[in-house]
Amino acid sequence: MNCNEAQELKHAYLDGELDLVRNVAFADHLKSCAACSRAHQDAQNLRSALRSEKLYFHPPPGLQKNILATLRAETADAPRPALLFPWHWFKLAGITAMVALLAWVVASGLKPSARPDQLTQEITSSHIRSLMANHLTDVASTDQHTVKPWFDGRVDFAPPVMDLADHGFPLIGGRLDYLQNRSVAALVYQRQKHFINLFIWPADAPANTGEQTTTRNGYNLIHWYQSGMTYWAVSDLNRSELQDFTQLIRGQTVPAPKP
Amino acid sequence: MEEKDKQSRFEVTILPHLDAAYNLARWLTRNDHDAQDVVQDAFLRAFKFFGGFRGGNGRSWLLSIVRNTCYNWLEKNRRKELGTVFDEEIHLLEDTAATPEMRLSQNLDRELVRQVVAELPVEFREIIILRELEEMSYKEIAEIADIPIGTVMSRLARARKLLQESLTQRLAGGTK
Repeated sequence: MNCNEAQELKHAYLDGELDLVRNVAFADHLKSCAACSRAHQDAQNLRSALRSEKLYFHPPPGLQKNILATLRAETADAPRPALLFPWHWFKLAGITAMVALLAWVVASGLKPSARPDQLTQEITSSHIRSLMANHLTDVASTDQHTVKPWFDGRVDFAPPVMDLADHGFPLIGGRLDYLQNRSVAALVYQRQKHFINLFIWPADAPANTGEQTTTRNGYNLIHWYQSGMTYWAVSDLNRSELQDFTQLIRGQTVPAPKP
Repeated sequence: MEEKDKQSRFEVTILPHLDAAYNLARWLTRNDHDAQDVVQDAFLRAFKFFGGFRGGNGRSWLLSIVRNTCYNWLEKNRRKELGTVFDEEIHLLEDTAATPEMRLSQNLDRELVRQVVAELPVEFREIIILRELEEMSYKEIAEIADIPIGTVMSRLARARKLLQESLTQRLAGGTK
């Protein structure tokens, strides 16, 4: 490869868009050509400056809330004759957003039995988000002795961590998550192509309970209390395999290890 | 009931990309207040068209709507900022001329970099944001900006050259 060709391919190389053959040829050229190598270094310096956190604008904290309120108003507001008059419709959206917000404020002050339902939704959303945002684990390790200490200082409790690879549920890692206005531990397990999030946080009451199974948006959720902890397992795995998984977790959690 | 379903699916697949949406809108409108308006409007549109979303990349899908909303806003409020695209063919030829005398240090002043990006013509600015800040592939950028991949490549080359030029100028001159 000569400098002219390299000049034409330099951006594609930097961006990882070259095919393997030309990628290798370009890398070889860089080794032998000081000028192109300097230019490449410059381009990388520019890139790292561009990718600094300082250049990324984050939305102000209220924006998500506003959007949610608008969408909820949109959903609640079924008949929409104002579609023909968009300017009216925007006003209407503003008013309904306010009404919805008020209703929400009032309703959340009353706090009826909507709580568990809201929690299953929260957990399902956390599960889906963890798969989507490329942020499945904060600590990726199949070693329980790496994952467990990772939570020290990140949560104010010690989640029991075990690898179930021998039973076909290898541990993938752990993640810090946020549910019910508190930090919780999320352990991630895999079953073939399916991921399981196991959320753990201290329970209000130290009682042990049986399993409660729910389905939400096509995901299976299993919930129980054990040894002072709240457990939620969620996955797109079928119910019976997810139950096998929770049985293993429960079986191995109950007896405190004795020397 | 169906609406409720749509809403929760929307909140799970599209809403998590609010950061990317706001970042793009903020860079294209260049101020916080208008960026918020544009993002709100874009989310409302996205929600309406959500029935047409066939799964896949939610971030790209949302960003193409945000981009369109931004361009509508620019059309209305910043008319003269549009239509500044150079004759890319001619400038692409110029691009192939190596400029070895310009060097960029490893620790570029981030504030300076922010300024020169903000001064790029919008067609180049958006490509830089999508490529460098959102780390999207040429194909994704082409879909979002609704231009051929070849144009993505030429605009990206041009944008980087412009950035490098104004940076070296500022660094050499110390002033504008």
